[in-house]
Amino acid sequence: MSDKPRVGIVVFPGSNDVDDAAWALGAVGAEPVLVWHAEETLPPGLGAIVLPGGFSYGDYLRCGAIARFAPAMGAVSEFAAAGGHVLGICNGFQILCEAGLLPGVLRPNASLSFVCRDVDLRVERADTPFTSRCEPGQRLTIPVKHGEGCWFADPALLAELEARNQIVLRYESGSCPNGAVDDVAGVVNERGNVMGLMPHPEHAVDPLLGSADGALLLASLVDAARENAAVAV
Amino acid sequence: MKATVLVRPKSGILDPQGEAVESSLRQLGFDVGAARVGRVVDLEIDAASADDARAAVERMCEQLLANPLIESYEIEVRA
Repeated sequence: MSDKPRVGIVVFPGSNDVDDAAWALGAVGAEPVLVWHAEETLPPGLGAIVLPGGFSYGDYLRCGAIARFAPAMGAVSEFAAAGGHVLGICNGFQILCEAGLLPGVLRPNASLSFVCRDVDLRVERADTPFTSRCEPGQRLTIPVKHGEGCWFADPALLAELEARNQIVLRYESGSCPNGAVDDVAGVVNERGNVMGLMPHPEHAVDPLLGSADGALLLASLVDAARENAAVAV
Repeated sequence: MKATVLVRPKSGILDPQGEAVESSLRQLGFDVGAARVGRVVDLEIDAASADDARAAVERMCEQLLANPLIESYEIEVRA
């Protein structure tokens, strides 16, 4: 059997970063396994799951609001409830928030413009399964491309998240592309096994594209997936 | 039975669409204060009574039509 951990990528109608996610996960040592949204069960032996970027179900109603009812999302929720690692990127982050697996919600960018550029991020926590290859305070350059990436939580919720240390990534001061509350770019759930972020690590795994910093995040996840596979979550 | 759901951004929530509408209206010469942009959902419902219909729409709002973190809603039911 291959020593490459299997990482599922859920494919919704309108997901458009599936190929990049699969390529990038392969580049950092995983075996990507595509999971169609209509599947009610996950393929065997997954060490982690990625919800990729895109415009699932046309972003109708609210981004991610329809996708959370996809049959595969039931299986993803069970996977997360069992302690499995789930990473939502961009639209995947929106879906996880709408599904209640992550706190907050993503709203239209304050500028109302679609933003597509590299942003500077600060790693607030390096003790998560998604940032274990980073250093605390490390600066990462990773692209964003979204129209609705303005993460929002009301002051009470934000204070709770701060107290529980659930903010993992922030845009560097002055670099926030969307008006997110407190410059939040990525959060984890309370248990620490589900994370979402607006920037696209899968677009930053090769220096040829300007930065390979995204590989640190994906390789962290693959490390966790490898450990999970060993203990068979 | 028919129902209409009005979904609005909660007060205090930044509404960039509303701000864009407001500034466009001012450019057209209209003397307007704050504009807020929400969403209307018209529904046809098979229900025994208006109360049943309202209760069903309430559940729809909670589960899908509105996100309680950022949106409030009003329900109107008619025969």
